[in-house]
Amino acid sequence: MIKILKYSFYDLMRSRWSYVYFAFYLSLGFVLLFLNNDVNKAIITLMNIIIVLTPLIGTIFGVMYYYNSKEFTELLLAQPIKRNTIFMGQYLGISISLTLSLILGLGIPFLMYGLFMSTAIFDFTLLLVVGTLLNFIFVALAFNIALSNENRIKGFGYAILMWLFLAVIYDGVFLISLVMFNEYPLDKFALFTTMFNPIDLSRILILLKLDISALLGYTGAVFKKFFGTNFGLILSFMVMLLWIFLPVWRIKRKLKKKDF
Amino acid sequence: MIQIKSLNKKFGKLTVLDGLDLDIGKEGIFAILGPNGSGKTTLIKSILGMVIPDKGDIKLEEESILGKWNYRNKINYLPQIANFPANLTVKELIEMVKNLRPKEAHDTDLIQLFDVQPFLDKKLGNLSGGTKQKVNIILTFMFESDLIILDEPTTGLDPISLIHLKEIIQKEKEKGKTILITTHIMSFVEEVADEIVFLLDGKIYFKGSSTTLKEQTGQLDLEHAIAKLISKEI
Repeated sequence: MIKILKYSFYDLMRSRWSYVYFAFYLSLGFVLLFLNNDVNKAIITLMNIIIVLTPLIGTIFGVMYYYNSKEFTELLLAQPIKRNTIFMGQYLGISISLTLSLILGLGIPFLMYGLFMSTAIFDFTLLLVVGTLLNFIFVALAFNIALSNENRIKGFGYAILMWLFLAVIYDGVFLISLVMFNEYPLDKFALFTTMFNPIDLSRILILLKLDISALLGYTGAVFKKFFGTNFGLILSFMVMLLWIFLPVWRIKRKLKKKDF
Repeated sequence: MIQIKSLNKKFGKLTVLDGLDLDIGKEGIFAILGPNGSGKTTLIKSILGMVIPDKGDIKLEEESILGKWNYRNKINYLPQIANFPANLTVKELIEMVKNLRPKEAHDTDLIQLFDVQPFLDKKLGNLSGGTKQKVNIILTFMFESDLIILDEPTTGLDPISLIHLKEIIQKEKEKGKTILITTHIMSFVEEVADEIVFLLDGKIYFKGSSTTLKEQTGQLDLEHAIAKLISKEI
């Protein structure tokens, strides 16, 4: 698997898009730091961007890579390698190269600004961890969609729709349902539904750590009250990991029956 | 070498392979022919484990291959469309495939034969279709395997490379290999193939030499004989 991972990784690292992505984060980091002039404030702005943007990029890269490397995958399938190995190698290759762009792109400006001398280092690290988790989650989800759709236009459509749903629509529906049923005790329901959206979950994860109650929102506040900060952090972290394992498990299952 | 028993494969409602039986016991060059959509590629991909059949069994050297992957080390396969990762160079791709197969490779002679040296450091995304096909051929023939499967090997090749390809195929045959070829170019079939396997409606419709086929159909050339087979006039 390491071999496949290595080559997917090289292939992606040399593509223009990895650099564009890297350059974007690099300039974002610099701009935010110079506009805010404060590491802590920059981190909050950055959080809002990361939890929406990394899922989008992960989704698009995942779907695009799968469809673009289809013929190459067929070449690999004819070699004496297990199917699982090929796809897990590719999956890790994309996820790791995206993560590298994220970490280097944001890390360089923050380091130059003197991150190590500020107290925000843990918050910043958590931000990167969440970004990494989101990368792994959404690339896995994108692979799931691509594996189930032979037609690449359809695959792209569904993938973007999934992102739109989780990043925007989910919150809207959630809010409407809270307003409509506000006579009922919704704490547990709210808590439960948050688990089904990795983007919401990562928002809570970061805000719990940053401890800014004004930004926590309804679900976050319930979350904090219910679990407390530390347990809440661990629990949301665990659920995020589950969000990686379940899609990966489905990829493996799907591969057993798939024709190429 | 290969025994295929009542192989069935459906894609949705479309039956592609319908109880196909095929026994290729000896060495030689076998041309797998048939109209578009007759299941040639599906048959090949089933042998390679890329398509998973609904029913039936495939045996390679007396051993069932369904669900296994190690046996692919005994097969050289040339895919129909040569499309490689655009950002790797030719050299890197060759090294990678060598890396993936636990086998000795002879790539230098082939690179020279097909004149690919000037492209070794170029990225695969910048190569022309014909050059990509040459790389494809090098990747296929650089290993020694008893079974060689070629899916449309002539696509995009210039006349010189085509001659080289035919030479290589003959050489491999002399070494006692079994070679399966699908193609639509009948002159190529007549020139290289020892036996013709004709697929129609997911079954083997004819198996034998091109002379027998011409006699059976009463045609003088292979193209018309095949056309007659497709129209099911026999």
